[in-house]
Amino acid sequence: MAAAFGFVLAVALTPRQAVWAFAVDAAALLAVIRLARVPARFMLARLTIIVPFVTFALVIPFIASGEQMDVLGVGVSREGLWGTWNILAKAGLGATTSILLAATTEVPAILHGLTRLRVPPTLTMIAAFMIRYLELIADQLRRMRIAMTARGYDPRWLWQARPIAASAGALFIRSYERGERVHAAMLARGYAGAMPPLNQRTAGSREWLAAGALPLVAAAMAVAGLVVAT
Amino acid sequence: MTHPAVEIRDLTFTYPDGRQALRGVNLRVEHGQRVALLGPNGAGKTTLALHLNGIYTADSGSVQIGDLILADTSLAEVRRRVGLVFQDADDQLFMPTVRADVAFGPANLGLRGGELDARVAESLVAVGAADLAERAPHHLSGGERRRVSLATALAMRPDVLVCDEPTSGLDPAGRRELVAVLRGLAITQLLITHDLSFALELCERAVIVSGGTVVADGATADVLADEQLLETHRLSLPYGFNPATVGKRNPGA
Amino acid sequence: MHAPDGFLNAGTAVATGVLSAGTIGAALRQTREQLGDKQVPLAGLSAAFIFAAQMFNFPVAGGTTGHLLGGTLAAILLGPWVGAVVVTVVVVVQALAFADGGLTALGYNVLNMAVVTAFGGWAIFRLARRLLPDTAGGVVLATGLASGLSVVLAAMAFSIEWLFGATAPVPFDTVFGAMVGVHTLIGIGEGLISGMAVGAVLAVRPDLIYGARDLDRASAARKPVIGMRGFVIGGILVTMLMAVVVSQFAAPDPDGLERVATDQGFADSAADHALASGVFADYATAGVANQTLSLAIAGTVGVAITLALAFGLFLAVRDRRRESSPPSRTPV
Repeated sequence: MAAAFGFVLAVALTPRQAVWAFAVDAAALLAVIRLARVPARFMLARLTIIVPFVTFALVIPFIASGEQMDVLGVGVSREGLWGTWNILAKAGLGATTSILLAATTEVPAILHGLTRLRVPPTLTMIAAFMIRYLELIADQLRRMRIAMTARGYDPRWLWQARPIAASAGALFIRSYERGERVHAAMLARGYAGAMPPLNQRTAGSREWLAAGALPLVAAAMAVAGLVVAT
Repeated sequence: MTHPAVEIRDLTFTYPDGRQALRGVNLRVEHGQRVALLGPNGAGKTTLALHLNGIYTADSGSVQIGDLILADTSLAEVRRRVGLVFQDADDQLFMPTVRADVAFGPANLGLRGGELDARVAESLVAVGAADLAERAPHHLSGGERRRVSLATALAMRPDVLVCDEPTSGLDPAGRRELVAVLRGLAITQLLITHDLSFALELCERAVIVSGGTVVADGATADVLADEQLLETHRLSLPYGFNPATVGKRNPGA
Repeated sequence: MHAPDGFLNAGTAVATGVLSAGTIGAALRQTREQLGDKQVPLAGLSAAFIFAAQMFNFPVAGGTTGHLLGGTLAAILLGPWVGAVVVTVVVVVQALAFADGGLTALGYNVLNMAVVTAFGGWAIFRLARRLLPDTAGGVVLATGLASGLSVVLAAMAFSIEWLFGATAPVPFDTVFGAMVGVHTLIGIGEGLISGMAVGAVLAVRPDLIYGARDLDRASAARKPVIGMRGFVIGGILVTMLMAVVVSQFAAPDPDGLERVATDQGFADSAADHALASGVFADYATAGVANQTLSLAIAGTVGVAITLALAFGLFLAVRDRRRESSPPSRTPV
């Protein structure tokens, strides 16, 4: 996880003119993806999450100010083009890294990684509970919607959304009340306010070395890019 | 052994909104007994269970587990002695993995390292769920969840096991597995249930709680044979089920 | 609103990160004080609810659907501190486990979606409740207003961040106009749904709503009568108003305003050259003539957001101080 953060950070810091630096970063990332055996189609499918932002990035040269140049007879901003490239490169690499992290790391490991990175344990515990109950609550929501649809409810306009909002309210109450029951269950098993240490796996030095390769490559590229630019 | 496993004396309890849930409950359970707690919905059975480990505090009366009277000072130990299995397994399985859930209780008791791992393994084996250790609880089936909840309670090595509707939502196979597990446990058991044949199969004694008090207490076969009693308290036997014949076919349990 | 990496520069990412971390750190302490050892299960389940609610899609018009942000809803239901923590957890996990939002963008994503909506929205909510009748209907209306406006606040916050840390030469006013315009529309949906949801909770368990704890049971039980049509029409009017006002600033060369600027001699003052260089990113503002105006808008908006946040935080801290004496209700 530290590796993922490090890589994305280094990529973010790379000056955009150093196109070759990004190429190296991308190659390194692809190598890791191959190693992790994550299917390409899966990665591409998940990457669609940044489509709205990509669209915005593509529009930039046309709405940006600054020195204009001609591309295929259309006036675009030179700075704007660089801006687009910058965003696409960093967002693309960043999103790919995130997707890779999400795809290869189980949630408990992600949360444990956070604790090791000094994130307050309360936050990670809340996150753990959230993840545990998310499917349950989302499922309850889905069933509520099915029940409403089965009774002929087919809203198209905002002001018809009252039953949906009402079911959201009902869902909150159910979730909160379940929270209180979970608390009772925790008390019943001796909970006194702090989570007890359960035996958790921590990363060995070999794993640190292996994982560290990726961000090191990106950091090297960032530094090189900065040096070349000056 | 001078003290009974569980002794409840004159327990009364009123909810914050004014509803009186328990109006003087008296109950005494000896070590090793299996008692079925029957009664209509809203009778106060779950409320009573939640008094046994101090989640609720009674307005008057007392709860005694073994030699320990329930009070603020004895809360932690009482909670170790009373293992509660909730009606909704999802309320009880709140950790990311089964292993973490089962470890939660004993870890709170101070177990660590190898000792903790051993306790977790022992509890999972006892309920036949050793292969589920690394699974996430929300990906388990209903029966698996129920057994894992049971394991989380057993991991505390309780003296008394209280189960709230343990067979609800289980398919016949799940039910069979649960009966086998409970039968194999040599500890005192208080089983809240609507499933009267389950009660007869496992428990030698049955108590009916209705309207906040105990209205019947005796051998399960006798209690179930009293049609008038059952009807008054909104209980009814499964179709074609005759407790008299069952009792004769399976002496003791 | 989950921005990916690369949209804002490193300096902005770090600055917003520090702000967010500080606020959430304080919020964690307040959450513990408010909820005691119930904090983990209650906050966790509420976070699951907010996450699920964000996946909700509600109809907007024809076949199009919208999604909730939920920051102010969380603040009104749980209190601003807990609300901020809950939405932060949602946003962070979305970035880490679902790749929704960049890892380096967490600083401003958390700031905009959790801190600004929770505290800014809370401030608006409290203000609205003071002006509206002290009934269930008042609470619902206040919720709707606060939730709707909080979305706009978040969009404004992003625009301000763009001013400082843009990575592409799109002028602040363009970004501001676009973001605020779009999010005003989104805000209508958010406001309506949030208001109605709170109404539903009020009808069953009014005691669960932090923002309505002062409401006595009798007035909470009286079912609020809200004209749905009225709310939507009002929302559209507000949107139109905002669109007219904002579009004046969004046009890269608004003739009317530029004339004013030249006439008054702003365009040539040495002062705005000094202002233009320095802290702001090179591209953040448009041509020389518009720099002062952009900065003026940015300044006003920035002050407004800061005021809203400060007021929200002030109220939140004052409430907590007042409540810190009584022990929790249940004896265990």
